[in-house]
Amino acid sequence: MPGNRFNGFTEYGVGIGLRAPHYQHILSKKPVVDWFEIISENYMIDGGRPLHILDQILDQYRVVQHGVSMYFGSAERPNREHLRRLKTLVKRTKTPWLTDHLCWGSVDGRYTHDLLPMPYTFEAARLTAQKIREVRDFVEVPVAVENVSSYAEFHVSEMTEWEFLTEVVEEADCGILLDVNNIYVSSQNHSFDPFDYLNNVPAQRVAQIHIAGHSKYRKYILDTHDHPVIDPVWKLYEHAIRLAGPTATLLEWDDSIPSFKEVHDEALKANRFLRESALSKAV
Amino acid sequence: MKLLQLQRKMARAVMLPLTPAENMRSKSPDGRSMRAVAAQFIKPNDRLTSFERLEIYNRQYWFRILSALAEDFPGVRAVLGERRFDAMAKAYLTDCPSTSFTLRNLGSRLPSWLPAHPKYLGPRKDLALDMARLEWAHVEAFDGKAEPVLRPEEIKGGAPAGLRLHLQPYLQLLDLHYAVDDLVIAISENEEGLSIVSNAMTERRHHAREKKAVRLRHQPIYLAVHRLQEDNTVYYRRLERAEFFLLTALRDGKSLGAASAAAVRKGPLRPEHCAKAIQTWFHNWAALGWFCTPDKHRG
Repeated sequence: MPGNRFNGFTEYGVGIGLRAPHYQHILSKKPVVDWFEIISENYMIDGGRPLHILDQILDQYRVVQHGVSMYFGSAERPNREHLRRLKTLVKRTKTPWLTDHLCWGSVDGRYTHDLLPMPYTFEAARLTAQKIREVRDFVEVPVAVENVSSYAEFHVSEMTEWEFLTEVVEEADCGILLDVNNIYVSSQNHSFDPFDYLNNVPAQRVAQIHIAGHSKYRKYILDTHDHPVIDPVWKLYEHAIRLAGPTATLLEWDDSIPSFKEVHDEALKANRFLRESALSKAV
Repeated sequence: MKLLQLQRKMARAVMLPLTPAENMRSKSPDGRSMRAVAAQFIKPNDRLTSFERLEIYNRQYWFRILSALAEDFPGVRAVLGERRFDAMAKAYLTDCPSTSFTLRNLGSRLPSWLPAHPKYLGPRKDLALDMARLEWAHVEAFDGKAEPVLRPEEIKGGAPAGLRLHLQPYLQLLDLHYAVDDLVIAISENEEGLSIVSNAMTERRHHAREKKAVRLRHQPIYLAVHRLQEDNTVYYRRLERAEFFLLTALRDGKSLGAASAAAVRKGPLRPEHCAKAIQTWFHNWAALGWFCTPDKHRG
């Protein structure tokens, strides 16, 4: 949706991830960019250069926080130190909404630093929704959860991934960060139709969309964020925009990072679909 | 299977050390077949067995954390060599898995873990230990907290000897056996800037070019690892022995008088040079912004 309660009623366009190799270019050339997404954990620190850079970025750009280790789906309670640092950063960035993944990654206080897939059970959905609510109430900004790429499925699952996502976001009353590349990757790894996924998630809850590239191997696809977006993912993106309306869109490029211009140009390809969607709604 | 039970089972498998060929082990530590373990909770598909699907996560876990540790300790890697470093890193990460939400803290226990595990250090044991301490101090100095710099007017009246001064939290003080500061600078000048930016998968670990450690002679040094507030760059500053003990005593909360006495005692610092030397040091430390007023002490 152009702006909804899950993204703070904002109308952000096409952004890119703020990455260290681009710091110098951004600060010296000051390119026009709709917004930057930051990895929250990189700035949940006490001081030093990362925060100094961030403050300079915040002076000139809109920033949205994206986390990688809240692990909404972990059975354990949220880490208090994590929450405290996250809230401190939220106050600094004034992020209109906050995102992290619908996954788990820690157990008994030990962290895998990976985005591990959820078992799609009603118990897991209930516990995950409870944790999302707890985090949202603590940080006091809207929260949206991102579907992850996965490489395994569980015997105990009681529903499809999109049914699980819907169950969680309805129960938590939160937004969705819809990653269309992740939908594509998982659809290939688990042999489902990615359009079934898109057609069955609550489009009115989509706060943001992620696009990215991936790596194809003989028997599976890995979500590597190290390539341009492929055509089938653009087709999914086009369909997602048709369903959800022009939505804040972010290109992720995290490995083998090319020049700022190359990353930004790739992201700006999304504008074609956003414009077409806006035009069709106007007609 | 309950959520917690499933997550414990999967985490145990994911964190199981890989084989030398970087595959998932065929047996769990208690001797069970990992194929059977995987089949208990993971579905196979038409291309991959349960074991193979679980193995993707097992490999990604180790690639990620080994890569992160290597990025933070390029000097230790250069000193030990790639093969020995890999063995050490796997043992360390098995003993000390991450207990933090951030990979930044992954190496926090390495300086204290290494002395208890000398078999991973090879012939350059003291050099490797020094390097680990310096590289962890670098991490701490890089993004440690900076308190407001102490202003002259904030120094309360009273006898100077009774004065207690606070040092910046980011300032790290090290006593080392080797001039590893020179070595780590030489190594860093040859490496590309590195940083973890996301949890996106990496299929293979990035192997930084291995550097040969130059032959260093045993040479005790005292070092301050700090950063300048103007540019937030981390610097290494050599300290005199007495200077180091004076700063360490101040950090430990000793009064200026007691700290100076400790410096003279451990110096060596000849009494006739004492006042002049201490005056020069304090001038330098103040100019570097090392004295601060912690928030809790601000009136």
